[in-house]
Amino acid sequence: MGGGITLNDFLVLSLIIFSLGLVTVLTRRNAIGILMGVELILNSANINYLAFAYYGGGKYDGQIFAIFVIMLAAAEAVIGLAVVLAIYQNFKTIDVDAAETLRG
Amino acid sequence: MDHPIAVSFIRLIVALPLLGAAINFIAGAWLQKTFGKRAISLIGCGVVIAAFILAVRAFIAMLAIPPENRFMLDDLWKWFDVGGLSLDIAFWLDPLSMVMTLIVTGVGGLIHIYSIGYMHDDDAYWRFFGWLNLFTFAMLVLVLGDNLWLMFVGWEGVGLCSFALIGFWYKVTANTTAGNKAFIVNRIGDLAFVIALFSLFAGLQSIGHATLVTREIARYAPLLAGVPLNLAGYQSAYPLVGFVTLLMFIGATGKSAQIPLYVWLPDAMAGPTPVSALIHAATMVTAGVYMVARLNFLFSMSPFTMEVIALVGGLTALFAATIGVAQNDIKKVLAYSTVSQLGYMFAALGVGAYAAAVFHLMTHAFFKACLFLGAGSVIHAMGGEQDMRKMGGLRHKMPVTFVTFMAATLAISGVPPFAGFMSKDEIIWQATSHGHPVVWAMLLIGAGITVFYMFRQVYMTFFGEFRGTHEQEHHVHESPPSIAYVLIALGALSVVGGFVMIPEFIGTFKPFEAFLDPVFSSEVTRRITEAGIHSHATEAAFGFVTFTIVLIGWLVSDLMYRQHKLDPARFSQMLDGVPYEWVYNKYYVDEFYNRVIIQPYMFATRALAWFDSNIIDGVVNLAASIIVFLSWLSGLFDHYVVDGLVNFASNLTLDVGGRLRRLETGSINGYLYGLLAAVMLILLVRAVARA
Repeated sequence: MGGGITLNDFLVLSLIIFSLGLVTVLTRRNAIGILMGVELILNSANINYLAFAYYGGGKYDGQIFAIFVIMLAAAEAVIGLAVVLAIYQNFKTIDVDAAETLRG
Repeated sequence: MDHPIAVSFIRLIVALPLLGAAINFIAGAWLQKTFGKRAISLIGCGVVIAAFILAVRAFIAMLAIPPENRFMLDDLWKWFDVGGLSLDIAFWLDPLSMVMTLIVTGVGGLIHIYSIGYMHDDDAYWRFFGWLNLFTFAMLVLVLGDNLWLMFVGWEGVGLCSFALIGFWYKVTANTTAGNKAFIVNRIGDLAFVIALFSLFAGLQSIGHATLVTREIARYAPLLAGVPLNLAGYQSAYPLVGFVTLLMFIGATGKSAQIPLYVWLPDAMAGPTPVSALIHAATMVTAGVYMVARLNFLFSMSPFTMEVIALVGGLTALFAATIGVAQNDIKKVLAYSTVSQLGYMFAALGVGAYAAAVFHLMTHAFFKACLFLGAGSVIHAMGGEQDMRKMGGLRHKMPVTFVTFMAATLAISGVPPFAGFMSKDEIIWQATSHGHPVVWAMLLIGAGITVFYMFRQVYMTFFGEFRGTHEQEHHVHESPPSIAYVLIALGALSVVGGFVMIPEFIGTFKPFEAFLDPVFSSEVTRRITEAGIHSHATEAAFGFVTFTIVLIGWLVSDLMYRQHKLDPARFSQMLDGVPYEWVYNKYYVDEFYNRVIIQPYMFATRALAWFDSNIIDGVVNLAASIIVFLSWLSGLFDHYVVDGLVNFASNLTLDVGGRLRRLETGSINGYLYGLLAAVMLILLVRAVARA
């Protein structure tokens, strides 16, 4: 299939983006940064859906899942940003380590 | 005897004194405060005098009835009906209870009147008359009750009143102790009496006549002849009647102060003098004599019991007379004299001279009441002094008391023709004629001693010089009319009261014996009473012997205490004064009882108390200690094991929780790293598992 790009290339790209997202989520203390990392992870999953859909028989189920994920990511961003705003109002910072009052 | 005349007035004779007692006890204090002592006197004496009038009317009515039908019955209501025994509250009048009723209400009434003057200064005037009336009631129940249980109710009732009246002046401990003594000693006799009643009932039941009604017992008594004693299944060869009568006699020795239970009577003199006269001389103490005479048909069936009664009576007559010789208390002399005279009555009963015993009971009631009341008059005049050594020469100052006292003294001494001569001579003669020489000898010597101590008393009290204090001499006066008239009445009775039964060798005038004859008419009694010698010449000779002894007794007394030609001290010094010591100390009988009965008893009670407080309490305390120790152990278990488990569970939870909370860091990064590590671990495990 065109250009010699195989399923494997897509999976590698997806893995790279997933890893970048994971590292972002793990290392960032900034709540916004963590949300951005989560976006990267979700999008890496989208790439996987689309790649498997394209190479797996041309059905639309993968693409529909990708649209669901995009929609879900939007909703997640809304909720996440609202939470971040609430944290900011309480703690005057958006550093997640500062908001540790639930510690046992 | 079988056809009683139904009447309804006997209940009044009994109820009137009860009514008086009820009024005096319930409202007496109030009446006395509101209307004065006069009201109490009116009620207290009125009821007894009314009862006496009724009794006299009954007596007149009875005389109009032919002798064999002289039996009136007043049946009130059914008392109880249990276990085959059915008894009524019923009162009967037959010649014997008629005589007793006349004595109790007549002499009793006189003593009630006497008490008006004697007790006038006492604050508890109403209480005195209440008890006196209650006593009269109880005595009438004893005498008139138609069955033995009702008689026993009266028997106990008079004991209670006696106890209360001996200790009437209860603020002095000695008086209450004397009351206790009388009560407790009487209990011994009463126990025997109750056992006798039970045994008698059991015996009558076994022959098919379950009853305790006196007239029915009289009818069935002959059937008991030969019936052996059967005590709670234990069959004995001893005849039932012998056992019953012996126990009844023990009961009589308690109530009538015979050896060995006489010791309470001298101490009973602690009570007011009218009480001594009424209860402890004239009426209550004769209850035993009455009981034996009443049940003569039973006693006559047991020759052994009769022998015992005669001997105990004779011995008591002599024994108590000798004690009377050395007493200095004017009332103590009379007390021992009473014991002695009761001995005469029992001796008469024992030899089978029932009529003579009842006759002496009556004359004794007259002259002994007179003596006691005379002594009371003297004590009253002397301001409470009872020691004869401090009296003397009172005959000029108290002429009425002296003359009546003298009449009664002559009567008790048995000087003809005074009442005591008729009755006592009859008893002494009957003892001989029925073949009891030992009893006769004791009674004869006793008669001599009686004269001696009675005249000793008269001489010490009324003759010679006054030996009291100057103050007392000034105070001595003749007693008030209520006392004096009673003394005159009783003194007169002491003189003429004996003419109803004149010794046969003088004349054949014996209406008293004839009147009582229906009571003593059972076959066995007839056999005993009609036995013996009937020679007038012999009787006259023995009467002369008795009179000689009486004269000797008087002569010795006269020489010693009036003419002072013989010194009593020299006699008391004979044999180193040992006999005198013994007599003076009443033969140490009280000490003997104290040593043999009371002290061992007290020792036993103390030993038992020690046993109780040390052994029984010790066991109880030990048990308590063991329980305390066990509960302490149980407490330890609870504290350390049960509580320990609960605390361990809670502590464990707290500890684990405390440790686990550390995991909740609140740091999102921490959680994420954990999540990652877990995913990596799962992947690793799966890879390893697959490989």
